[in-house]
Amino acid sequence: MSKVAMELTGVKKSYGDKIVVDGLSFTVAPGECFGLLGPNGAGKSTIARMVLGMISPDAGKITVLGEPVPSRARLARMRVGVVPQFDNLDLEFTARENLLVFGRYFGKSARELEAVIPSLLEFARLESKANARVAELSGGMKRRLTLARALINDPQLLVMDEPTTGLDPHARHLIWERLRILLARGKTIILTTHFMEEAERLCDRLCVLEHGRNIAEGSPHALIDKHIGCHVIEIFGGNPRELSSLIRPYVQHIEMSGETLYCYAPDPEQVRVQLRERAGLRLLQRPPNLEDVFLRLTGREMEK
Amino acid sequence: MDEGFAAALPANAWNWLAVWRRNYLAWKKVALASILGNLADPMIYFFGLGSGLGIMVGRVEGTSYSAFLAAGMIAASAMTASTFETIYAAFARMRDRRIWEAILYTQLTLGDIVLGELAWAATRAFLAGTAITIVAAMLGYAAWPSVLYALPVIALTGLTFASLAMVVTALAPSYDYFVFYQTLVLTPMLFLSGAVFPINQLPGAFQQVTPFLPLAHSIDLIRPAMLGRPVVDVGVHIGALCIYAVVAFFLSSALLRRRLLR
Repeated sequence: MSKVAMELTGVKKSYGDKIVVDGLSFTVAPGECFGLLGPNGAGKSTIARMVLGMISPDAGKITVLGEPVPSRARLARMRVGVVPQFDNLDLEFTARENLLVFGRYFGKSARELEAVIPSLLEFARLESKANARVAELSGGMKRRLTLARALINDPQLLVMDEPTTGLDPHARHLIWERLRILLARGKTIILTTHFMEEAERLCDRLCVLEHGRNIAEGSPHALIDKHIGCHVIEIFGGNPRELSSLIRPYVQHIEMSGETLYCYAPDPEQVRVQLRERAGLRLLQRPPNLEDVFLRLTGREMEK
Repeated sequence: MDEGFAAALPANAWNWLAVWRRNYLAWKKVALASILGNLADPMIYFFGLGSGLGIMVGRVEGTSYSAFLAAGMIAASAMTASTFETIYAAFARMRDRRIWEAILYTQLTLGDIVLGELAWAATRAFLAGTAITIVAAMLGYAAWPSVLYALPVIALTGLTFASLAMVVTALAPSYDYFVFYQTLVLTPMLFLSGAVFPINQLPGAFQQVTPFLPLAHSIDLIRPAMLGRPVVDVGVHIGALCIYAVVAFFLSSALLRRRLLR
């Protein structure tokens, strides 16, 4: 297999006057989990659809598993699995039937499918739900069934559009655990998310998108080191403007988001000293995370 | 060829079968109710009009009114069954239930999906039309063995009307628009195609329209088969149905590509 699982070069897409993807380039290596991180409307789903060949870019080049897309997207899709943002399981069918029917779209015979379906249901922790109709499954179970469905053609690459949006924490952790197993098996994953924690936990590398542009790229740790690189103090309460002028000399950078001040402080103790006399303030000192990077880069808050 | 348009065409000659089988599996779960539902409406018309009007009109084109009406009801039931499957069920699979979207993640193209849906709707039409043919035959309104020629025509009629309905499905913003197609296209076609009374009873101007109506071609093939009479212009009728089916298939594929793949 080649050294590149997926490559986008100068990809552009606009709808009317609205530019959705603006000269985007990135490369995903085989076996890597690559994240596309951005707020709603940053163009993440459009990129996912272009990668699948469902829409054509206005300009630029896309290669998926060595196949040019969209011209040979159909061949690329033979080796790609998809977990969409919104469940589109077949509600008329049971869990097992969903896998059977979907496998047939890949031209697989019933015998081939009967051989793999039990292990896929087991992987999705749905063994006991094999003959349950999809309508009876919980949100987390549906997501796991969608994941199992994406694996029916034993894909090399998984395209996941917000795989855990709308799930409760328990269900989300279960999905994350399953995805790590897939990565350990050598699958490549491209994941869109607006979830900082998800990106930080799963992605080897990611790019931060804003208005369809790649505004930063790297491993989560490298991005955090590069753009923040020091402790963060969150300050709640009090007048943010007044406080920020007070402590500005002692910090590297300050972001204001709603009622909260985010101070990037190489020496947090100095900031604490400045604020010691003030009553009614709440301070939270913590290591920097991706959310800080996003806030720093775009100057605005992500959805949590 | 434009690579974008290739996505709207079938990728090969067999991919559509997976879509057909998906619909068949779903239908199997409700098969009995579905067949009875398809049968009820044309049977009510057949008995209602046949026995009620039949007493008043006497013989039509040298046969009893019920025997005349049988072919019309068979063709109409094929038309209705495949149209409803396409404008309601396929529309739901395309838009509300996102089933087409999931299929597009696989190696199937939009053209494969459209072809599979059309073949399935034609199958539903074949089942509905054949069921009525059997009832009509049991009542003595079908000539044996020429009635067998009606069966492939029923399937072709289903395919043609599925294809036409797919154009409507591709264009309709919501379910509310389908009623226009039913009331402004299908219902007039029923009366202009000689389903319930002979075409020569129509005012002259309307008779000019008849050669352009696919249902009229279908009835012109089914009625002689049912009555055991020789069919005239077989090639013209089959050709007309095929042209409608093929042109509407490509048109709907192009429209659906614009709707879904952008």
